Amino acid sequence: MGYALNFNLIWRHFDKLWGGLLLSLELAVISIAIGVVIGLVLAVWYVSAGRVVRAIIAAYVEFIRNVPLILLVYLVFYGVPTVVDLAYSAPTSFVLTLSVYSGAYLVEVFRSGLEAVPRGQLDAGKAIGLTPWQRLTHVRLPTMLRITLPALSNTFLSLFKDTSVASVISVPELTYGAQWINFNTFRIVEVYLVTTAMYLLTGYVLLFALRLVERRFRAAR
Amino acid sequence: MLSQILYALPFLAQGFALTLWVSLLVVVFSLVAGVAMGVGLVYGPAPLRWAVRIFSDTIRGIPILVLIFFVYYGLPAVGVHLESFWAAVLALTLFKTAQVIEYLRGAVGSIPKGQSEAAMAIGLTFRQRLTYVIFPQAFRRFLPPWINGVTDAVKGSALVSLLGITDLMQAINQVIGRTYEAMPLYILGALIYFAVNYALSYASRRLERRFAFIRD
Repeated sequence: MGYALNFNLIWRHFDKLWGGLLLSLELAVISIAIGVVIGLVLAVWYVSAGRVVRAIIAAYVEFIRNVPLILLVYLVFYGVPTVVDLAYSAPTSFVLTLSVYSGAYLVEVFRSGLEAVPRGQLDAGKAIGLTPWQRLTHVRLPTMLRITLPALSNTFLSLFKDTSVASVISVPELTYGAQWINFNTFRIVEVYLVTTAMYLLTGYVLLFALRLVERRFRAAR
Repeated sequence: MLSQILYALPFLAQGFALTLWVSLLVVVFSLVAGVAMGVGLVYGPAPLRWAVRIFSDTIRGIPILVLIFFVYYGLPAVGVHLESFWAAVLALTLFKTAQVIEYLRGAVGSIPKGQSEAAMAIGLTFRQRLTYVIFPQAFRRFLPPWINGVTDAVKGSALVSLLGITDLMQAINQVIGRTYEAMPLYILGALIYFAVNYALSYASRRLERRFAFIRD
């Protein structure tokens, strides 16, 4: 014991953490945006598809959800380039991995949301003469969104935290910045205290923003 | 290629055994700690409730990787020396404990208040109310998400490879370092993790359906 806290070195290298946090957010936003597209398309396809397509989508979802993210990150960064002739940077590789990863989680969220849309709403849409496409964009998706928003917020937050795994392939995001300061200054306790605070604060700001969106959608009812 | 992988299989099996051992320890420790702290969160006095709430929200608010590094590098800095294996188990246990607390809170919270009141009315003590009335009902709500959450312990255990512990993940990386057969080995590893975790999530879904008869 008898450890004296000294944050001076942390502030001197704070750009590593701040720049890292911005990169974490960037990785999360891009991956989640791609993941949302994957999730929406596959979920809409799933609920109207035949058995074969359903089985394939389910296989994708189950496989990704049951394998550690760190293994998928290694697989895409170190494994894939050995069998296909592709070259990509570590950040691109991670965005690719997290997109496919978040897609699998978001299919599940959207699928259960779509299945929770009351049958009567779709029938009503049909009765007033909406085309199938109109029924999807004006009835099904907005209702589904309102139902899934709370689950969606949680998934987004959890994916933001998952960006820390990018540090294992040396992407200089927040966790990597923390490790850099850890190894170069040995102010270990301080750097992880600050990093913890940064993840927590960012998480709460994100959660607060998402709750505002949720409230807006609920008011639109 | 195939012969190299076959040659490496016993080594991978050792890593896999370590993955299972870490997961098992984490699951057992976190179950005990999580249930105790969860009961504290639901029934405890205000200061205890606050302490558990802050613990759980902090742990769940940061990446597991940060938690693992914090424990692994931070403890020796303040003079606590743990073997890397036990530092890893401790970090993962903290993470799982926060989950178990929330499962317990959710399960106990889903039991109607009338049950507690009825038990009080017939003169049961606090301990009797928990053991005879609340826990037997809450158990069915607790079990499916808890079993599903065991997959998080197994998946999270892959991160201990970063502390130089030869679990399945680290064993795979070491074999790749010798053979350069990255793709087949990563796929093999993914299939092994998948087999374990899919079995767990399948069991969880089965139980959930089996307990679906319970209504509020």
